[in-house]
Amino acid sequence: MQVNEYKPLIVAFCCNWCSYAGADLAGNNRLNYPADVKIIRVPCSCRVNPMFILRAFQRGADGVIICGCHPGDCHYTSGNYYTRRRMALLFSMLDYLGIERERTRLEWVSAAEGAKFAATMNDFVQTVAALGENKRLEDLRCKK
Amino acid sequence: MRKISLANLDTLFKKINENAALYIPATDNAGGAVYTKYADGVEYLDTLNTVRSPKDFFFPQSENLMEFKVTGKNIELFDIREESEDFVVFGVRACDVKSFEVLDRVFLTEPVDSYYANRRAHGVIISLACTRPAETCFCTTFGIDASAPAGDVSAWKTADTLYLEANTEKGKKLLETLSDILEDADNSEVTAQQESTREIMKKLPLANLTTDAFGGNKTKDYFDSPLWEELSETCLGCGTCTFVCPTCQCYDIKDFNTGNGVIRYRCWDSCMYSEFTKMAHGNSRNTQVERFRQRFMHKLVYYPENNEGLFSCVGCGRCLSKCPISMNIVKVMKRLGGEN
Amino acid sequence: MQKITRDVILEKAISMLQSGEVSAVLGHRTGEFSYDVTPSVFTDAQDLKANFVWNDFCGANFSKYLISKTKKLEGKILVFLKPCDTYSFNQLLTEHRFEREKVYAVGIPCEGMVDIAKVKAEIGDGILSIESTDAGVVVETLYDGTKTIAFEDVLLERCANCKSKKHVAYDELLGDEGEVIDSNRFDEVERLEAMTPDERFAFWQGELSRCIRCNACRDVCPACTCEKCVFDNPNSGVENKAPTTSFEEKMFHIIRAFHVAGRCTDCGECSRVCPQNIPLHLLNRKFIKDINTFYGEYQAGEVEGSRAPLVDYTLEDLEAEDVFKKEGE
Repeated sequence: MQVNEYKPLIVAFCCNWCSYAGADLAGNNRLNYPADVKIIRVPCSCRVNPMFILRAFQRGADGVIICGCHPGDCHYTSGNYYTRRRMALLFSMLDYLGIERERTRLEWVSAAEGAKFAATMNDFVQTVAALGENKRLEDLRCKK
Repeated sequence: MRKISLANLDTLFKKINENAALYIPATDNAGGAVYTKYADGVEYLDTLNTVRSPKDFFFPQSENLMEFKVTGKNIELFDIREESEDFVVFGVRACDVKSFEVLDRVFLTEPVDSYYANRRAHGVIISLACTRPAETCFCTTFGIDASAPAGDVSAWKTADTLYLEANTEKGKKLLETLSDILEDADNSEVTAQQESTREIMKKLPLANLTTDAFGGNKTKDYFDSPLWEELSETCLGCGTCTFVCPTCQCYDIKDFNTGNGVIRYRCWDSCMYSEFTKMAHGNSRNTQVERFRQRFMHKLVYYPENNEGLFSCVGCGRCLSKCPISMNIVKVMKRLGGEN
Repeated sequence: MQKITRDVILEKAISMLQSGEVSAVLGHRTGEFSYDVTPSVFTDAQDLKANFVWNDFCGANFSKYLISKTKKLEGKILVFLKPCDTYSFNQLLTEHRFEREKVYAVGIPCEGMVDIAKVKAEIGDGILSIESTDAGVVVETLYDGTKTIAFEDVLLERCANCKSKKHVAYDELLGDEGEVIDSNRFDEVERLEAMTPDERFAFWQGELSRCIRCNACRDVCPACTCEKCVFDNPNSGVENKAPTTSFEEKMFHIIRAFHVAGRCTDCGECSRVCPQNIPLHLLNRKFIKDINTFYGEYQAGEVEGSRAPLVDYTLEDLEAEDVFKKEGE
């Protein structure tokens, strides 16, 4: 018997200098996290325009996570501080529009934190799986 | 002529709705009216004009035309056209009914627009005569009689009765299906109402506005007028006037890549937008003056030139009440015509 | 009704135009009815005398016009600014959107502007004339004789919740200066915040579904001054001309509100011009309220040259995940 277990599609924006390297380390250490996490590498977490997040949802993502260097460790000194403000406001706005607040997350993952990367992804996938499919920011045209 | 007591209006709606989807003006919960699919709990709103015009029924704001999939060097095309379902629209005002004639001339002349034609063939219009026109109304300018609306069925609402008269085959068929709830009527009450409405129309602030200065052969009179600059100087370039207009019919055709294929769709476009005339070579209308001129020249000169003098404005007054800067066709007509 | 009269403003305009100190005047032009005034550029004193108008319907914010008009016109432009307009004026100066020396700004007091839609809702169609008196707004109608409505009942939403009667920028002030007001403008935002997510979703779905993407909110907005909007740019990948799906409705309004977050002065023009009466100011005010809560009180446009919250940061800013904890949840 085949079980059709619901698997959420997750888009993870990872900064090139810390979080992407953290993901690499997770891989090198053979730490497990679901393959439903699709990583998009960005030069800095502050490269992530709010539009990217909305478009990810439009194109079928059920959850979007942005990962960057820890505050103080940004390769460009201050990029992640801007990210922090932007995402705080954006997440609050999405919640204001009635979109589940658990679908978006911002995490700081350094290049040395392979274990944190895997744990974060596992946790996020579980959280989003519990929410079910993204219905409130879906574009039906993309669901065919 | 047939009639039904207003107390039985809901019975009438239910009966119509049995055979075809019925749309009636209802509140949009924001102070306006919108055509809403009739169902239990949807209440008819006695309104003059809906915010959006009924052109949506035949020419929706966006509409999928076809789909295709590209795999390697193959393109697979999908015809997604479907036969439209029968529907009835109740309460269309005389001006809006006239707008269908303007649209028909665009979409039903060769090459016929099959999407539009399909909807048009399946739609039945029950118009409704006006009794309390607003100050923004100027349909008489374009020879429209607000008290005698066209449509498949014309309707008049008095204090307690709704009178109905079929004008077309479609309309006759519809009234036949309703024959057991309609009674025969004479037209004395309707005639009285019409006379009263016509008197009111004469007293409206815009009653004396005429189209005398405009028409098909006036391109050279107005095209280079310095007044366009002045009239358009604070135009925001938004699309409000074009989107609430019952006769504006320009559209754009675009592709949307869904990730699993491509949807080719069309959507309303506005000559007020900077991208409207953008083509491979660039843009032929680079300033708002030219875009603004285009909109009014089209309504008052170009369209009549190609359509035996028919103007593509019906005087519904929507742009008068909705333009953010209150610049509108009446002001343009008066200024260009030398009145102001 | 307005305390400052047309005559006072007109006299100023005519004298400055005739003396040659300014070459043009931004003002409102009379319309067909009492309420449909049109923003205009006056360059002639006779024209001013005949057609200049100042009444309860002069709601338009002239600040944004300064960008295009200062580029186009020779000489100085005289502009009359209501208190709320001066915030946009400052904000545009902060963003270097026009040359300050090409403008002569005269601050004028404002008692609030009337929303014609509210008047119509109150008395119906068929308005022959509207006049403001001490007793209220007197409306002569086609069908129901003359009616008087209380001025406060028909104010624009933004005026009923006016945030400031104080001018924050001007070359000269006509009439009395007012004060910053401790308004209730965030009450409605708080009401929405108190709802469940499902209720909020239903609320916004209902409101935004009316959007026809006429772009009036964007085109009138003094904070929306991009030379090319991302939604008009076919190369952006998000360009669209119609709200084809409910997603696109939301996308446009979220992104637009986000792009003006920290720069929006809450002038309320977006909601004033929306043909579908969508309460767009509630999106902007959410951002303003959040910014105030998270990063300290900030009023865009209050001080020329101030640093907008989204191009600033502190090392101690709250984490995104703490956004919801702050609200006590």
